[in-house]
This record gives sequence, structure tokens and C-alpha cells, in this order.
Amino acid sequence: MNLRVFVPCDAGAVAVGADLVARALAEAARSRKVALDIIRTGSRGLYWFEPMVEVETTVGRVAYGPVRQSDAASVLDAALGDGAHPMRLGIAAEIPWLKRQTRLTFARCGVVDPRSLDNFRAHAGCRGLTQAVTLGPEATIEQVLQSGLRGRGGAGFPTGIKWRTVAQAQGPQKYIVCNADEGDSGTFADRMIMEGDPFVLIEGMAIAGFAVGATKGYVYIRSEYPHAIVTMQAACAAARRGGLLGRNIAGSSHDFDIEVRAGAGAYVCGEETSLLESLEGKRGVVRAKPPLPAHHGLFGKPTVINNVLSFASVPIILEKGAAFYKDFGMGKSRGTMPIQLAGNIKHGGLYETAFGVTLGELVDDIGGGTLTGRPVRAVQVGGPLGAYFPRALFDTPFDYEAFAARDGLIGHGGIVVFDDRVNMAKQARFAMEFCAIESCGKCTPCRIGSTRGVETVDRIITGENREANLEVLRDLCNTMKFGSLCALGGFTPYPVMSALTHFSEDFGAVPKRLEAAE
Amino acid sequence: MPVHEPWNVERANALIGEHAGREGPLLPILHAFQEEFGYIDAAAEPLIAHALNISRAEVHGVATFYHDFRRTPAGRHVLKLCRAEACQAAGGDEIAARAEQQLGIAMGKTTADGSVTLEPVYCLGLCATAPSAMLDGRVHGRLDDERLDALVREART
Repeated sequence: MNLRVFVPCDAGAVAVGADLVARALAEAARSRKVALDIIRTGSRGLYWFEPMVEVETTVGRVAYGPVRQSDAASVLDAALGDGAHPMRLGIAAEIPWLKRQTRLTFARCGVVDPRSLDNFRAHAGCRGLTQAVTLGPEATIEQVLQSGLRGRGGAGFPTGIKWRTVAQAQGPQKYIVCNADEGDSGTFADRMIMEGDPFVLIEGMAIAGFAVGATKGYVYIRSEYPHAIVTMQAACAAARRGGLLGRNIAGSSHDFDIEVRAGAGAYVCGEETSLLESLEGKRGVVRAKPPLPAHHGLFGKPTVINNVLSFASVPIILEKGAAFYKDFGMGKSRGTMPIQLAGNIKHGGLYETAFGVTLGELVDDIGGGTLTGRPVRAVQVGGPLGAYFPRALFDTPFDYEAFAARDGLIGHGGIVVFDDRVNMAKQARFAMEFCAIESCGKCTPCRIGSTRGVETVDRIITGENREANLEVLRDLCNTMKFGSLCALGGFTPYPVMSALTHFSEDFGAVPKRLEAAE
Repeated sequence: MPVHEPWNVERANALIGEHAGREGPLLPILHAFQEEFGYIDAAAEPLIAHALNISRAEVHGVATFYHDFRRTPAGRHVLKLCRAEACQAAGGDEIAARAEQQLGIAMGKTTADGSVTLEPVYCLGLCATAPSAMLDGRVHGRLDDERLDALVREART
């Protein structure tokens, strides 16, 4: 049998040379006259080891990383002779960083071939859909409700309630829409799933379609994710050929198909109503709610719109039961969360674990602190609309309510680490600037407030009427928070106010003690 | 390097025909135009409006709303640098400043010889291998001065 080698085709791995490594491995095998099968997988999510190459052995897949193009030949020699190599990391699944995780949603990511439906089925794929068909629509929704699954896109709304609302809505046409417009900096879990295990998303959407009576689904993927778009398109075609999509899915009498659509570079289209407008071919302008998309969604029809991770978590809930999933987590945050460690961090990547782990454990212990080796000063949790937390808040458990209680949010689960060289006034300015660039323009607090916010932070930085302008900034944030239509304008105050509250020294407010000493 | 066809009404109408039957066809049509011609020509708007039975203003509104759609052709190469927080945390500001200085243009501009368009992008989802960039659709991570310089050299050729 040919030697089997696994090389990620995940965009994060490709960005650091995975394609070159795959080519170099093939070449090295040719020159050694070794029959080699190179299987491209998703990423395991240990990005500091990427490109991470795995070699199949009788005791499991042995990992090597980070492998450069020039290391390919020596890695192959080590693999053939089962010898030592400085990049040898041992059995991939036994790497402590991976072993400590609870991989439910990401169980297959980095393991399977994302182009192969057979491979997906061989790794327990499709069992959730089969179970849903056995249970019937109502009991399927009940399982999702009982699991406690909340929207993983950021808002944290109970997924089962959305589904039930759409199931109860009347109408000849209903839609399932997957929000794959993962625009938050510091997040890449959606991208990883689409590139590494696309069939789990298709299965989750098919379960949703079956449960609520929708026959058509859309995956709206941001254009910044070309690899994910290609992989999802190929997976949908394979799913159609394999009976996971199309007529009478999984032996039921239900038809369901999915179409992949590309976004066009508008961050605001990650907001669900704006995404629906965009899918309809309009400007990505936010809709006022109500009516809810569940009643009046895509083309005015009842629509389930969920994030990639929400759909991708459903198959295992159906397969193993609501109680199994609900058993993980804390408080009202049930199950696991794929947390993304990013920015200036030593061990960056995808860490899926039960809710309840503290921010400090994530950043210092799991993340290993900064890549630069300098002290961690601030972390932004939940994307560009998330708060900046100082070390003093590192005891906050990863939980929707615990973060909210400290004027923060977990959002889509991204954590961006900054070292002690960060200027927090500059970060606050950027939050306003980003809002101004990306505002859809519909509501005044966001459209005008963001630009006035940039100007006001600039005045504070240059010391012009500092106290008065700080008051203006606070007032402006208050207006945006309570007066904006959606989370873009409504949550931009989180990074701004948290920077001001926790890092006031960066805004020119000289600590009193130092002032006295001068 | 991406190769684009010059603006051509017949080809444009054929592309419209390929997508007009879909639900919400406008974005797929605009994407198809941009892929084929490299930008959305002003002459495209009345064609699309007529075919979809919507107003020119609606087409114009959509074409100008999204950052992706160009109204004029880009340089022969497009270098996008991620300017979002995760890349900022990993030295992205310095990388962006260096790229601007090396190319002699500000972010969002094209070099005088038409070889390179330099653009900001707000997150490529490569946040654990930051700072990152995309050159003509190919992704690059863990940028440092050396890797950036190599990208700039490649883009200039």
C-alpha cells in the first residue's frame, strides 16, 4: 500500500506554504521512487505548526511541523525510516494542545478529505440527518431546543427558537440561509469548517430544511474567502451526487438543495437582515426588525438564518442527543465553543472547548502569551465590535452572560492579543474609523456618529479640550449604542468605551501620582 | 496575473443571460462582469437594468455599495494587505507603511505604470498567521519585511 501523507489545503496553511510543501513532497517521492498518496485535508488549527504534515502509520498519524518546502525531503526520509526528525511532533491526535480540547463541531476538521463525501460518511458523517429523519421534524427541533445551542455568529439567540418559529410560519416557500460572512478580525472558524469539513455544514443545513419544511438553502460566503467558496461549491456538487442534497434526502420524502453565493466585501452583510438584502441583489442595507427574518426573511419568505458554526453543531446534537451536548458548558451557555486565538500570540489557532474556560487560561496558558514574548496588555474579544479587556479581567469565564456583565461580548469567539506596545487610543480611533468605512448608512447614529467619533478621538489624542471631548465621546457612544439599528453602530462603542475605561492613560489622562511628581 | 477581456456588449449580454434566471441575480451578474472585464463598466448598468427590469439607479446603487466592485480597471496586479485588528496586533501597520513606501503610493491607489494596485482588506481570516496579504487571489501569511519585499517585487514584474 502506498504511503499516505496528509497536507492541509486550509487557506491559513496555504498562506504559509502548504501548497509548496505538498509539491516538494511529491517531488521527493518521485526521485526516491516511492509511491506516495498526498491527501489534502483541512487544518487541525494549530497554526504555529503550519504547514503541518501528517504521515499515516500503524499507530496513528504522525505529525511534523512547521514544515518548509526545503524540509520536505528530510521529512519524507524520516517518515519512510520511521526515524527521528527535529520537526516530528508525535501522534497528531496526542499533541496536548489538541488532546485537551473537546472537539464536537470540529471533530473531523483537519482529519478528513473535504472533497470526499465517502470519507465524511466513514467518519460518522450523515448520522445526524439520518436520526432527524427518524425522529421527524418536530422532535428534531425539540432536540435543537433542548441542546441549548445558541447562535454562534455572535448574537447568541437560541437556535431552536428560530427554527420553531419558521416551522410554525405558513407559506409555500421557506429558506435556509447560512451566514458565512465571517468578517470579524480574529475569527476564522467558519472558514476552517468550510475548507476542512464542508459536508458537516451541508448536513446541518439539510437537517434545518427538513425540520422547518424549507427546500432551498443559500450559503453566503464573503469574497475574501476564495478557498472556502471553491470547497463549498465542490462539496455541494458531491452532496448532490451522493444523495445528501437533492430529492428525497436521506431516504425522507423531503427535497433540499443548496446554492453558494459570494459576498462583495461589505462587512455589514454579516448582519443577518443586511445579508438577506444582499442575497436578494440589493445594497446591503440593514432592515428594521420586526418583522423577524423567521416570518419575513429572504424574498419576504419565512427564513432560518444561522451562522456556519450553529448549523455545523447541529449534526452532532442529533447524532448524540440534546443531553450529550447540553452536558458541556456553564450557565446558559451550553455545549462547546470553537474559540479562535489570534493576533500577537504564540500558539494561535482553533481551540474548541466547553464554555466556562477563563480568558486568562485561553491567553496565557493555551495561547502561550504573545509571539513577541512581550507582556500581554490587551485582548479584544468578539471581533471589531468587541471590548478590549485588560489583564485585570482575565478571570472572566468564556460565557455569554459573564462577558456581558463586564461590558464585553464573546461574539463569534475570536480573541486578538496585543502586547504592551499597543496604543489603545489608536485602537479606539480605528474602531470608529472601521464603523465609518463599513456603515450601511441607513441610521444616523452609525453613519454620522462614527465619523464624528474619529474626529473626537483625534482631538483627544492631540489634547484639544481633552476633558470636554472625552465627555462628547462618551455621549456619542451612548447615542450609538442605543440609537443604532444594528450591531455595527450599536456595538462599536464596546471597543471604544472599554479602551477608554481600562486604558485611560493612553488617552492623555496622566495618572495623578505622576502628575504630582513632575 | 489575472487576464481580463476588454468591455464588450455582446459578451456582457451573454453573461447576463447566464445568471438572469437565478433568484436575486444582480450580485452574481456583477461578480461575473468583474471577473470577465476586471471592472464594472458604466455602460453595464443600463444593460443590466433593462434585462432585470429594474431602474438604472438600483443597479448603480448596488454596484457602488460594495467594496469589491471596481468602476475602473485595477493595476495588472492587486496586492491586498489586511489592515484589521489581528494583523495590527502582529505588526501590520509597519508592513502597510513599508508597502506604501516601496510602491510610492498610498493605500487604495495604483502605481503610475499601472503595474500594482495596493488595497486594504479587512480580514482575510488568516488571523493566527498574521500579518497577512493576498496577491492576485493568492494568500500569504506571517509577513515580515523580507516576505513583503518579495511580494512587492513579484507584483512589480
